[in-house]
Amino acid sequence: MRRQGMQRIDTRTLVGALIAALAVVAIWRPLVQAAQPIRIGFGMALTGGLAANGKAALLAMEIWRDDVNKAGGLLGRPVEFVYYDDQSKPATVPGIYTKLLDVDKVDFVVSGYGTNLIAPAMPIVIERGLVFMGLFGLANNEKFNYPYYFQIAPNGPNPSAEFSRGFFELAAGQHPRPTTVALVGADAEYPHNALAGARENVKKHDFKVVYDQTYPPSTVDYTPIVRAIKAANPDIVFVASYPPDSVGMVLAAHEVGLKPRLFGGGMVGLQFAAFQTKLGPKLNGIVNYDFWVPEPTLNFPGINEFLQRYQGRAEKAGVDPLGHYLPPWAHAMMQVLGQAIEAAKSLDQKTVGEYIRTHEFDTIVGQVKFGPNGEWAKARMLLVQYQNITGTDIGQFAGPGKRVVLLPEEWRSGTAIYPYGEALK
Amino acid sequence: MFSVDLLINAVVAGILLGGFYAAVSLGIAMTFGLLEVVNIAHPVFVIAGAYAAYMMNAAVGLDPLLTGLLFTPIFYALGVAVYRIYYASFERKGEQSLRGLVFFFGILFIIEVSLVLIYGVDYRLVEAPYIGRSLLIGPLGIAFRLLVPFVVGVVLTLALYLFLGKTFYGRAIMGVSQDALALRLMGADPIQIKTIAFGLGIATASLAGALLIIIAPVEPSIGREYIGRVFAITVLGGMGSIGGTLVAALLLGVAESLTSTFSGPSWALAVSFGILLLALAIRPSGLFGR
Amino acid sequence: MKRTLPVAVVLGIVGGGMLLTGVVENRYFYFAAYVILQYIVLSTAWNILGGYTGYVNFGTPAFFALGAYTATLLMLLCRAPLLMLILAGGLTSGLLGLGIGYLTLRLKGVFFSIATLALTVVLQTLIINWEFVGGAKGISIVRPAAIPVFRNYVQYLFVVMLSLAVGSVAIARWIEYSWIGRGLAAIRDNEEAAECMGVPTLRLKLFATVVSGGLMGMAGAPFPYHISLIEPLSAFNLDYAVNSLAMPMIGGTTTWLGPLVGALLLGSAQQAATVTISSELNLLIVGVVLVAFVILAPNGIVGLVQRVLKRM
Repeated sequence: MRRQGMQRIDTRTLVGALIAALAVVAIWRPLVQAAQPIRIGFGMALTGGLAANGKAALLAMEIWRDDVNKAGGLLGRPVEFVYYDDQSKPATVPGIYTKLLDVDKVDFVVSGYGTNLIAPAMPIVIERGLVFMGLFGLANNEKFNYPYYFQIAPNGPNPSAEFSRGFFELAAGQHPRPTTVALVGADAEYPHNALAGARENVKKHDFKVVYDQTYPPSTVDYTPIVRAIKAANPDIVFVASYPPDSVGMVLAAHEVGLKPRLFGGGMVGLQFAAFQTKLGPKLNGIVNYDFWVPEPTLNFPGINEFLQRYQGRAEKAGVDPLGHYLPPWAHAMMQVLGQAIEAAKSLDQKTVGEYIRTHEFDTIVGQVKFGPNGEWAKARMLLVQYQNITGTDIGQFAGPGKRVVLLPEEWRSGTAIYPYGEALK
Repeated sequence: MFSVDLLINAVVAGILLGGFYAAVSLGIAMTFGLLEVVNIAHPVFVIAGAYAAYMMNAAVGLDPLLTGLLFTPIFYALGVAVYRIYYASFERKGEQSLRGLVFFFGILFIIEVSLVLIYGVDYRLVEAPYIGRSLLIGPLGIAFRLLVPFVVGVVLTLALYLFLGKTFYGRAIMGVSQDALALRLMGADPIQIKTIAFGLGIATASLAGALLIIIAPVEPSIGREYIGRVFAITVLGGMGSIGGTLVAALLLGVAESLTSTFSGPSWALAVSFGILLLALAIRPSGLFGR
Repeated sequence: MKRTLPVAVVLGIVGGGMLLTGVVENRYFYFAAYVILQYIVLSTAWNILGGYTGYVNFGTPAFFALGAYTATLLMLLCRAPLLMLILAGGLTSGLLGLGIGYLTLRLKGVFFSIATLALTVVLQTLIINWEFVGGAKGISIVRPAAIPVFRNYVQYLFVVMLSLAVGSVAIARWIEYSWIGRGLAAIRDNEEAAECMGVPTLRLKLFATVVSGGLMGMAGAPFPYHISLIEPLSAFNLDYAVNSLAMPMIGGTTTWLGPLVGALLLGSAQQAATVTISSELNLLIVGVVLVAFVILAPNGIVGLVQRVLKRM
C-alpha cells in the first residue's frame, strides 16, 4: 500500500528538490572555497638565546590571528599560521623557509625575530619576489634594496645611529655641556651595531671618547669593567647590552659607585618585567632607548586592549608578563600585512607589496609608514628615563610615570632628571 | 689610564673571582685530576645546583648557601649513580677515554635540555641580604656578592684538602689514583673508593652552583662557558693537586681581571686559554702536578 | 680490497647528483641535503682523528669556522670563485691542525682534547674582534649572480657539497686500508706499544690532524653562501662539535661507513625534527640517543649490523 503511495512523487516536489539541491551546490562551492585558509608561514625563535622574545612575539601574532578570524578572516577566509622553531640559529632558516614555500606552500611569509634570523631568508624571498615583513632586524635590506621588505621597528632610515641619537642629543643640550664619553657593550650583533652608531653621534657632537671597549657576553663579573670606566672619569656613559649584561652593568655600577652625569644608552632587557623587579630603584635615572612605553602620549587606539589580552595569556605561555618590548610590534607587523591584503583585495605578492609601500597604516603602535629601503620613513625611537621607581613591585611598571619619555619632542611626557646622580637621591 | 687604585681593585677582584672558580673546579680536580674520568658534564651539574638554589629561594626564600649545603647529599647520591653507570659501561671493559667522554657529553646535553624544558631560557636570579652591598676599605671596593663565594670557595678547598690528606677515605682516594693494586692489598675496595670520590666531586657542584647564582644570573646554557675554564684550571694546577687547583684558579681569576681592566674585557677569556695552551706546551704537568 | 674507490663510483655519484638537479625543483630538498652532506664531511673528518686514532677533537667548530672565515676573507678581498675558497679554507684549517697538533700531540690524548676546547674559544675571540670580517656583528653575504651550469645557486652548492662528501669518504676509506690506517689503529689500541714497534706515531698523528682539520675547513668554506650571512655564533656553533662526535659514535667509529651512516641517520632525523617536533625535545633526543648508543652499542650501528650478520 505505502509503496504505491511513494512511487507517485509529485512533480512539484521533484522540481523543488532539484532546485534545493542545485542551490546547495551553488552555495557549497564558494563555502568550500571560503573555508580554505590563508596560510602565513614563518620561523620563530622558540628555543635558544632569543626564545624569550620569540615566544612573546608568537603570542602577540596569535592574538592578531584570533582577532582577525573572529571578525571573519581576511578576504572572507580564515588565517592559519605554519611556523617552525628556528632555535635562534641562522643555519636553520634557509631550510625552514624553503619548506614553507615549496612543501607547505604557504601564501605569505614573515620573518623570525632578529637581524641574523632574517638575513638567511632574504635571498629566498627576493628570488621569488615575495612580500617580507621583518621583525626587529637591523639593516637587512642594505645590500639588496629590495622593494618589498618592510621592517616594523621604528628605527628609521639610519638604524644604527638611531639607537643613540636621542641620547647624545639630550647630552648635547645640557648646561654645562658634558665633554667626555665612555662607550661599552657586549661582543654581539646588536651591541656592536649600536656602538658603531654611537661613535657616529659622538663625532657629530664633538664629544671626546675616554673609554671604548667591548666585553664577551659570558662575562661573570662586571666590576672590573665598571671600575675601569670610573677611572676614566667620563661625563657620559653609553652602554649597549643584552639582558644579562644589562643587569650586571647596573648592579656593578651601583656597587662601584659610578655616577656620570648621563648613564644608560642602549640597554636591552631593562624593559623586561623580570629585571625591572630585580633592579627596582637601581634603575632610577638611567636614560635608555625604548620603542613603546605606557605613557599617556603613546596611548594609541587598541594598545591597552591588546596588552590586557596579552597579559592574560602571558603567564601560561611562559613569557614576559608585561609585554611592552616586542609583542606590540609583532602584532602591529601582522596588522600591516592583514590590512594590506584586505585593502588590495588580493594575495598577489606584487600588489600587496606595492600597497604597503605606498600607504600609511593604523596599528596599535600608532601610524606606520615605510620609506624606500623598507624602514620607517621617519624614525620614532624614544629616549626614556626611569624615574620615581620605589621598591620592586611589578605593578608600578604597568602604568605611566616610571619610564618617562624625554625625546622626540612630540612624544615627550616628562622632564629629564639631570645629572644622573640627582635621580639616585 | 693606569692607576694604582685600579690595579689594586683589579687584582683583588681577580682573587675573589678565583676563589669562586676554584669552587667550581674542585669537582673536576677530583674526578679528572684524581680519577682521570673526563667528566665534562661537571659544569652543568653546577648549573643544576644553581637552579636548585633558585628554586628554594623563590619558593621559600631560603638563602642560596643553605640550599647548597642542603642539596649536597642529593648531589652526592647523583654522582654515585652516574659513576656506577659509567663504571659498568666503560671502565670495567677498559674502554675509557673516547666513549666515556662521549657519555658525559651526552649527560651534559640531557641535563641542560631538561633544565630548559623545566625552567625555560630566561635568566634566573636569587635574593639575599648580602647581594648588592659592598665593603669599602680606602680605594678598595669589595662586593659581598663576590666576597661570600670567595670565602666559601676557599673553605671548601681547604675542607677537601684536609679530607684527602687526613682521613682514611681521603687518603684511599689519593691512593687509588696512584696504585689501585696496592690499595686492594691494603683492604680497601678501589671501586668503592672511586665511587665515593666521584660522588664527592659532583657533591661540590651543589655548593658551587649556589655560589654561581649569587654572583650573576644563570640560564641553562652558561655551563658550556665554564667547561674550558675548569679544565684549564685543573690542568694548570696540576693533575691531582687540590692546592694547585686553588692557586691556578686564583691565577686565572687575576689574569682575567687584569685583562678586563686594562686591555679590554673582550680578551679576558682568550688570555686565560692562551695561558692554558702555553702551559700545555711548556709544562704539561701543571704547576703542582705529580 | 681495492684501496681507492673506483673512479667510476665517485663520478657516478656526483653525476647522479647533477642529474638530480635537473629533475627535482623542490629547493627545500637541496637545503636539507646540503646540511646532511656537510655533516657527512664533518663526521668523516672527525673520525679520521677520533675513531681511527683515538684522539677526541672537541674543536670541530674552530676548524669549520676557520674555513668559513677564510672563505669570507677571500670573498671580501678578491671575490674568488667558490672552488678556490674551498681550497683556501682547507689549507688554513689544515695548517691550524698542524699547529695545534704540534703543540699538544706529544702529550696524552686527553690534553689534546682540552686544547681543542681552548682553541675554539681563542679563535672565536680573535674573530669577534676582527672588524674586517664582520666581528661580532657579522656581514650579510650576497651570492654571486652568475652560476656555472646550474639553474640556481642552491643546486650548485648541493653538488659542490656532494662532491666534498664523496671525496672525504673516499679519502677516509683510502686511509683506513693503507699502512697509515694500520699505524693509526695501532696508536689507538696502544700508543706506547706502537711507538716501541717503530710506528712513527707523532708523524702519523700530525697527518691525521691535518687531514681531519683540512676537510672540516673545506666543509666550512661554502657556509657563508649557504646562509647568506657570516657571524661568529653560527660559525662556531656547538652543534658542530656535538654532531661531528655523535654521528660517528652512533654510526660506528672503526670504519669509513660508520660516520656516513651516522650522518645520514642523525642528520636526516634532525632535519625532519626541525620542521616537525620543533622544540628542545630535538636536542634531548640527541643526548639520550647518544648516551644509549655509547652504553649499549659501542661500535655503533655498523657494529650492530656486523654482529647480526655474524650470527646469521
